[in-house]
Amino acid sequence: MRFGILVFPGSNCDHDCYHVLKHLLGQPAEFIWHKETDLRGVDAVVIPGGFSYGDYLRTGAIAQYSPVMKTVRDFATAGGPVLGICNGFQILLEAGLLPGAMLRNRSLKFICKEVFVRVETDQTPFTASVQPGRILKLPIAHAEGNYYADPETLRELKENHQVVFRYCESDGRISDEANPNGSRDSIAGICNRTRNVLGMMPHPERCAEGFDGNTDGRSIFQSILEQHAVKR
Amino acid sequence: MTNSMPMNQDVAERHGLTQEEYQKILAFLGREPNLLELGVFSVMWSEHCSYKSSKVHLKKLPTAGARVLQGPGENAGVVDIGDGLAAVFKIESHNHPSFIEPYQGAATGVGGILRDIFTMGARPVALLDSLRFGPMEIPKNRYLLEGVVSGIAGYGNCMGIPTVGGEIYFNEIYNQNPLVNVFCLGIAKKDRIFRASASGVGNTVIYIGSKTGRDGIHGATMASEGFDESIEARRPTVQVGDPFTEKLLLEACLEIMKRGLVVGIQDMGAAGLTSSSVEMAGRGGTGVELDLSLVPRREEGMSPYEVMLSESQERMLLVAKPGMESEILGVCARWDLDAAVIGRVTDSRRLVLKEEGRIVADLPVSSLTDDAPVYERPMEAPAYLDAVQGISLDLIPQPSDSGDALMTLLRSPTIASKRWVYQQYDHMVRTNTVIPPGFEAAVVRVKETRKALVLSLGGNGAYGLLNPYRGGVIAVCEAARNVVCAGGRPIGLTDCLNFGNPEKPAVMWQFALSVEGIADACRELEIPVVSGNVSFYNETNGLDIYPTPIIGMVGLIEDVARVVRPGFQDEGDRIVLLGETKEELGGTEYLKQVHSREGGFPPLLDLAVEKVLQNCCLDAIEAGIIKSAHDCSEGGLAVALAEAAMMSVRSLGAAVTLPDLPIRMDAYLFGETQSRIVVTVKEVRLDELEKRCAEKGVPTAVIGRVGGNRLTIRAERSGRPSIDLSVEAMRTAWQGAIESHFQESSQGR
Repeated sequence: MRFGILVFPGSNCDHDCYHVLKHLLGQPAEFIWHKETDLRGVDAVVIPGGFSYGDYLRTGAIAQYSPVMKTVRDFATAGGPVLGICNGFQILLEAGLLPGAMLRNRSLKFICKEVFVRVETDQTPFTASVQPGRILKLPIAHAEGNYYADPETLRELKENHQVVFRYCESDGRISDEANPNGSRDSIAGICNRTRNVLGMMPHPERCAEGFDGNTDGRSIFQSILEQHAVKR
Repeated sequence: MTNSMPMNQDVAERHGLTQEEYQKILAFLGREPNLLELGVFSVMWSEHCSYKSSKVHLKKLPTAGARVLQGPGENAGVVDIGDGLAAVFKIESHNHPSFIEPYQGAATGVGGILRDIFTMGARPVALLDSLRFGPMEIPKNRYLLEGVVSGIAGYGNCMGIPTVGGEIYFNEIYNQNPLVNVFCLGIAKKDRIFRASASGVGNTVIYIGSKTGRDGIHGATMASEGFDESIEARRPTVQVGDPFTEKLLLEACLEIMKRGLVVGIQDMGAAGLTSSSVEMAGRGGTGVELDLSLVPRREEGMSPYEVMLSESQERMLLVAKPGMESEILGVCARWDLDAAVIGRVTDSRRLVLKEEGRIVADLPVSSLTDDAPVYERPMEAPAYLDAVQGISLDLIPQPSDSGDALMTLLRSPTIASKRWVYQQYDHMVRTNTVIPPGFEAAVVRVKETRKALVLSLGGNGAYGLLNPYRGGVIAVCEAARNVVCAGGRPIGLTDCLNFGNPEKPAVMWQFALSVEGIADACRELEIPVVSGNVSFYNETNGLDIYPTPIIGMVGLIEDVARVVRPGFQDEGDRIVLLGETKEELGGTEYLKQVHSREGGFPPLLDLAVEKVLQNCCLDAIEAGIIKSAHDCSEGGLAVALAEAAMMSVRSLGAAVTLPDLPIRMDAYLFGETQSRIVVTVKEVRLDELEKRCAEKGVPTAVIGRVGGNRLTIRAERSGRPSIDLSVEAMRTAWQGAIESHFQESSQGR
């Protein structure tokens, strides 16, 4: 399965995603510079974390206008899987590929730590191999991860089972204490209606290798691979 | 001021030059300098750039070693780590700017050290910070801490370089003079190290990065003076950081170097275009001619003086290989960076500056580098010594409850968890972080090898005050011990020497002795000093800071799977104290926190004993005997045991019984005797450890067993435990201490 990893000026988790896909999972992966307009026939697109355009103006606000994003939009419309992680999620929101917006964390500070998230649905290519209700330990690292959507949008997200991850306690309970940034409904990740575009604030690529004893992030990438194999 | 204004003593003095120094300039030139030339001299001869007060002492530091590929004198030190790779590292201070403007001061400190590393051809992979503030009860100190931490986070996070560790001390002496020392480590291919040299007569000089503005003019001179009430007016001398541009600059420079397009490269840090061009010419034994009208500028109407002395950030100076200019400019264009050919390398050994075709400055390079003033400043033992050293232990009562004393120490911000700080740093990006912040040493693996590097920063100012020589010795030994405890073999260090006003004989005496201490420790432990930085004039209203040498130690682990952590691992493991405990309470955190006293003699350190201890511990780790290791430092044995429990993944406690010693119980628990490590071993391997230690002559005491969720410590001779605390209660106090000072601001819902 061929993966394309977008690189914007200021992307900085691009190499981490590449490392996981290429060296851990042994998949062909390539970087796609933001000025390109051809996705070169990749099977999936990863929009990595970082600070595209330095987060200047607003996170993801400038990156959405990069030439590559028009092609990504077409790719998503055609049903291609798109995974946006952290800044990638923020870019997907700004590009209108996912609903809602990111506010600053309620602490007003950058937060880097491990959190627990509950998998809410296996009806996406990114979670198909993960039992709903399973609790994953994943790191977050962001200053603007406080997910906001108006009540109507939130209702739709829930109705359509588009909420994919929610911050939780280690036993899976949803609580305000376990919500690291103030996100509405403890939302950590959502997908689009057609379920092929996922945005998530936690970084699965940071805990896929297991040298720190945690491989929970690997299941996301593994799911994409398995789904792709099934489809073929 | 115009370039044609008459020069005199007065103008020279306003540039921070003494009468003698001005006379020296006249002798070099055989004429009066113009204003631009005077400005160039003033920054190049500033303490910050010239090391004029420290040079004679720094020569004492051992800098050679089998692994050393580049010692002091370049942008960073380089040490061979095998597999064709090299560790490139350095530490630098940004104390003065951070006091004036904490966010930007700290942010540009990070930016500056990052450039030092990637200038060498290395990709930066880890940052650590050593910070010193006054107590947090004072609102200004909270403001400074919050600003500095946000500044470090803002810059490092955006760059995608993890901040993996560091340390913070709090002491009243830093009220008016906080310290911000930033360490960076990069990895480079051993045969692709780049140096800051302008060689090849006729080669072009290319400027890349941010445009030059009026910010930071005379930053180097500012950093070479003390402070008084007028500091607010100096805010404009602090530069403003742009991490996004630096990220582009990093990628562009690494690409340019990878393609082999340059012969030399140097960042524009302190003293900007002046020091970068002069230093490159100095190292290359050449001259440089620059046309200042070609320098990309942020605003119109800037004078040559302003262009040369600007400290605008995120700029680099390259010397291109012949014919590679357009390719270099092409790389910069791809990264949306400004770039311009602004001059060439000459054989004149002079710095010649032109503006609109007119020569506006013409100076011999050597007068700015090798022939710059060097001072052997007078030294004298300070008068305060007898007063601070003369504390009689007999007058210090033992605490009625040792458990309370331990809790007081765990809550003291110097010892307390720094979680509030490091959670603001992205410490995981690049996915190499094996041991994250929050421990004595950080560990980052080296991708595509089995290896890992261990990084530790430290230096105790109180020890430095009471005995500067010993402060220097202990700073090196403790940093090395921390590295050893994680399973790393120290391979090199970088030092950041923070001191007061060198024009005072007492400060110079402290400096000279500290350097001697560092040198002696390095020689005994066979660790070379490969880079460093001196920060003088840390004084405000005449009050000098404590002598604070910060050591940044780098160690190598051959197999990342062998990393050892400080926390207790498994129920039933035996706890062994390596090293001998003496009755030493001078300069301890215990005296300060529990008795509000700061004095006495700091702990002794026998270098031969230390060396044997470290080697013995490391051998046992490499043999797979040791399951956890934690050195005894601030807070002594009791704090080391408490931390080992709190750092335990499973929150394991311990039952400890201390064998009889003819010393006070508070010294046993909280004394900071050096050369001690608390280790744990599996019961069945205890004999093996004891045998090894006995062979090497390392004293051991089996003091307890891991288990339960409480820490109990009792003396052998008395039945009742002197300390009996739940791990949870200790952790709550330890983790909450710093956070409690920021509760309102951090919970703004």
